Amino acid sequence: MNTPFTDAVSRAEVEDLFYYEAELLDTWKLDHWLKLLTEDAAYYVPPNDKPDADHRYTLFTIADDIVRLRERIIRLKDPNCHAEYPPSRTRRFITNVRITAVEANTVSASANFSIHRFRRGGAHQEFIGQYRYVLRRENGMLKIAERRAILDAEELGALGSVSFIL
Amino acid sequence: MDDRTDPRRNGRNHPLVVENRSEMSFQVRREVFVSRDVLEREQRALFDRCWIYVGHASELKRPGDFRTRWAAGRPIIFCRDRTGAIRCLINSCRHRGATVCREREGNARNFYCMYHGWTYNVDGSLRNVPGEEAYPPSFDKTKMGLVAVPRLESYRDFWFLNFDRDAPDLVTYLAGAKDYIDLVVDQSPSGRMEIIAGVQEYDIKANWKLLVENSVDDYHLVATHATWLNYMRNSGVNIAPPKGSGLLLATKGSGKDLGNGHLTTDNPNYRGRPVARWISVYGEDAKADIDAIRSELVARLGEARAARVADTNRNLVVFPNLVINDGSSVTVRNFYPVAPDKMHVTAWALGPVEETEAQRARRLHAFLTFYGPGGFATPDDVAALENVQQGFAAWRDVEWNDLSRGMARNDDQLDTDEGHLRVFWRRWNELMEEAA
Repeated sequence: MNTPFTDAVSRAEVEDLFYYEAELLDTWKLDHWLKLLTEDAAYYVPPNDKPDADHRYTLFTIADDIVRLRERIIRLKDPNCHAEYPPSRTRRFITNVRITAVEANTVSASANFSIHRFRRGGAHQEFIGQYRYVLRRENGMLKIAERRAILDAEELGALGSVSFIL
Repeated sequence: MDDRTDPRRNGRNHPLVVENRSEMSFQVRREVFVSRDVLEREQRALFDRCWIYVGHASELKRPGDFRTRWAAGRPIIFCRDRTGAIRCLINSCRHRGATVCREREGNARNFYCMYHGWTYNVDGSLRNVPGEEAYPPSFDKTKMGLVAVPRLESYRDFWFLNFDRDAPDLVTYLAGAKDYIDLVVDQSPSGRMEIIAGVQEYDIKANWKLLVENSVDDYHLVATHATWLNYMRNSGVNIAPPKGSGLLLATKGSGKDLGNGHLTTDNPNYRGRPVARWISVYGEDAKADIDAIRSELVARLGEARAARVADTNRNLVVFPNLVINDGSSVTVRNFYPVAPDKMHVTAWALGPVEETEAQRARRLHAFLTFYGPGGFATPDDVAALENVQQGFAAWRDVEWNDLSRGMARNDDQLDTDEGHLRVFWRRWNELMEEAA
């Protein structure tokens, strides 16, 4: 797909946003991260066997509206979030960033991700896949209206849970 | 080798489960979670003898539909043949063993072995053998179809297989678990539930029996799921135990023995149900719709039965390895050991076939609030089970688990007691001793 770049949003600006987001997530600055999202943002992790499905008809791994996403962040910061306490160490590599569609008010973009996760005494895990974003400009700032993390693994298998933010 | 010299056997001198009713003690030897010998015996004693869940009729809508999966440690094709009959075939070519169906799901005209090109019909019969003329006269194509599992029976669209030809029929086996499957299926006006697309398949680095316990153990809720309870509280759900009740949770639930090793919790609901108990998490818009679902239940089933269906949460274990949780949503969960310290888990969502788009979306949203590898609760269960398994590395030094909770109670066992967990272990021990 060959989408024209517009003056409105450049790939460099999208990349900057993604890299900044990755840093916030890897450093567990989750309240900061929430500020990158619009007030109606959604976060999806589709099931491994139906990566292109719709969460209204299909059982996803994660399908958060902004209300539940904020609650997820409350949970992740709580020492009683046992699956992520102590918090995992993660390192994200984001590549192949592309603007895929430009609408009147939104820009769609995709990127490939490789997220490495480490826990004490546990095996190194790699979550590999593609991000699909819908971005919107609010008060001059490019914000995330929707983020979808599509895993390439055929099943979660040894990845176990998706207990941190992909 | 007698019991004294071979400590792996659960003979008289080396019991794996010890119950003393007069002293009110119940102990399970931690060895049962780490021993490869025990796992091998479980294969013979349980998975080769019990009815094992394989799939739901709704997963095979049209003739030719198939799903490949593992059941009781075997590669299986669960399919609907050209006449519409449900079949369960072992996914292994009769010639030299390769799997003949490699896709997860689909609709097949036939199953084709990619090794030498043998082709089977969807009913399992052998259709074509390349270069058939080279086989001797004794080669009988009609006897070389895919092997069907010895027994295949269903109850209300839940299909089970059994590798023991002499096993009692499924309905007899299910005993009291039948009533609890009925309570799930009664959510549907037509009595038809369906598996919703999207499967959750994940491993837990823990012994499979720990997930049996965990699925029905309500004692762990407050400690393990503190963040989920907090989320419910933040959403306006009352999670506080009634003052002076001595309860750990908001309602007084019970743990029940359903016979043949099956067990369930049976709890008055406080955390919302898509069918049909509204909580604030669903939003004001959903209120009228939930009321309508409830009215249909009452009209069809009467007040009392409708209340049983709508107002109780039930986590059911069908012995040995099927869990149907009818709670925040319905989940069908199957798991199988691949090593003493590792299991594969497969989980689906189940819903009435009649649900509207909005009802289905609400059901799925409610599911993810608690269940699954991205839910607010299941990942902490996984963490708990994996922590337990790590602790079991010291099984020689700390030999026993204690499951005596509630034994001194004169009335019925609470869901936060361990009476229903003891039901599982008694049956487990009985079958393991028979196979020793």
